[in-house]
Amino acid sequence: MTGTLTEKILSRASGRSVSPGDVIEANVDIVAFHDLTGYHVIEVMEKANMMKIFDKSKIVVAFDHLAPPPDVRSAEIQVNIRKFVREMRLPNFHDVNVGILHELLIEKYALPGQVIVAADSHTTTSGALGAFAQGMGASDVAAAVITGKTWMVVPQPFKVELTGTPGKWVNGKDVALKLLGDFKADYFNGMSIEVHVRNPKAFPTDYRATVSNMGIEMNADALMFVPDQETKDYIKTMRGKEVELLTPDPKASYQDEYTIELEKLEPLVAAPYSVDNVKTAREVSNVEVDQVYIGSCTNGRLSDFQMAAEILKGRTVKTRCIAIPSSYEMFKQAMEKGYIETLVNAGCVVTYGTCGPCLGGHFGVAGPGEVIVSTSSRNFRGRMGSNEAKVYLSGPSVAAATAATGRITDPRDLQ
Amino acid sequence: MIIEGPVLKYGDKIDTDIIIPARHLKYTDPNYLAQHAMEPLDPEFYKKASKGVVVVAGKVFGMGSSREQAAIALKAAGVRVIVAESFARIFYRNCINNGLPLITLPYATKEIKEGDVVKVNVETGEVRVGNKVLNGKGITGMALDILKAGGIMEYLKRVSQVPTQGG
Ligand code: SF4
Repeated sequence: MTGTLTEKILSRASGRSVSPGDVIEANVDIVAFHDLTGYHVIEVMEKANMMKIFDKSKIVVAFDHLAPPPDVRSAEIQVNIRKFVREMRLPNFHDVNVGILHELLIEKYALPGQVIVAADSHTTTSGALGAFAQGMGASDVAAAVITGKTWMVVPQPFKVELTGTPGKWVNGKDVALKLLGDFKADYFNGMSIEVHVRNPKAFPTDYRATVSNMGIEMNADALMFVPDQETKDYIKTMRGKEVELLTPDPKASYQDEYTIELEKLEPLVAAPYSVDNVKTAREVSNVEVDQVYIGSCTNGRLSDFQMAAEILKGRTVKTRCIAIPSSYEMFKQAMEKGYIETLVNAGCVVTYGTCGPCLGGHFGVAGPGEVIVSTSSRNFRGRMGSNEAKVYLSGPSVAAATAATGRITDPRDLQ
Repeated sequence: MIIEGPVLKYGDKIDTDIIIPARHLKYTDPNYLAQHAMEPLDPEFYKKASKGVVVVAGKVFGMGSSREQAAIALKAAGVRVIVAESFARIFYRNCINNGLPLITLPYATKEIKEGDVVKVNVETGEVRVGNKVLNGKGITGMALDILKAGGIMEYLKRVSQVPTQGG
């Protein structure tokens, strides 16, 4: 078989040999939703009077957007979903004390070669482990919950190759922003991006998750890393489990390919109000900043906290700085390593609230006229709160250096 | 299916945080959502759209989050059809599932002006503006079947499984 990873996964999932452009019915391996979309999924099921679940073991539910609930309606949404979970006896339910859905999927559930569908656009994150993972709306997810299947158009595959080793302050965010800056947000529409890492250990799963996460900002149908030894090691460490890898044929043909030489990358940012308005951190280094946010399902993992702690060790923040690990597991590991203590001593508000500021929800909503540097995934107008706030997206090193100086700072320029 | 209406025109990359901001996502009531449609960009949108309009826009309309409220809000506000140069995948499906037709038309923002009255053939993708005939991509195959059924759930009830044919 001379298939791409996309073709191989979707052929297995649909039981026939597929090519780009085919409309297929795929069996899904995992269907997931969170609080803010989950109540809508349940509403759709109730309205259609189809309270059926194809396989309870394959449903994953996590509370993250409204966790812990900031108001009565949010609490009510969670009450309703808990009731559904109880009545349906769903085994894979994670209440407010576990983590952001996409982080939990890569920590506990996703496997190479799977098809994953969830009611949230950043479902692409599970592509970090080589799963074909897509976000969908409440109705499509309700249909998948009931039938275990979904329809889709097989995307055109595009190959990205990462060579070399990234510099000290560069991580997954800079690769994601590099792709967005070079190709713009509409280029990959209708495509699946398959990333081949030449030197697997140079680009760990944390970094991969950030890139896959932002596959949706590129409007890609999926963004998958070709699973390799790093994938095996990550799953072994997190779950104590050996996994089989599904990989593309070495002769697989792609619509096009693009190579990123990791050592040539420097810290990047996306300036307001667009994810593809990409500049180097140095180009905007005079911009004064009110608040820094380190967290989200994009960059709230251990390596992100490690980078931030390394920069903030012994310093005091000059902006408000809010730091939220993407899961309780990440929180605990960051605590054991001392990163949480370092951030607290530097004057950061370190809390556990999952999505929070990323969507302008709670734990630090942006006010009118404020300038924010955030490690999350979107800087759209109004995304983090006020329509008059300006959000710059960056990786954790720029975010922490910015918190330390009060203006956007390339960590290489710190005194 | 032929749909006619005056045009409200927007640019590229209209994202779902513009179409319906996250603070409104705790509700699914169409009337409530309609009042907040496009709020960050065009606070008058609800008023302008109420008599029935065609939204014309640039690239990747509806990019961003999976919130189905984006489709619900636009439809309830009075949008009859959206003609854009391209659409984000999730938003496209959400519109189909909520009975809001969409046409993909390259150069839509160059060919069509705010206030033009356009006539759209949802299936063939033909868009008429005065004497001009523009050829876009209509809704076909599986998506058309779902749109006609009134959404994926109604479609499922009818076929009681997701079929494999279409385009
Ligand atoms: S952290 Fe932000 S991007 Fe991630 S799931 Fe939560 S709201 Fe969405």
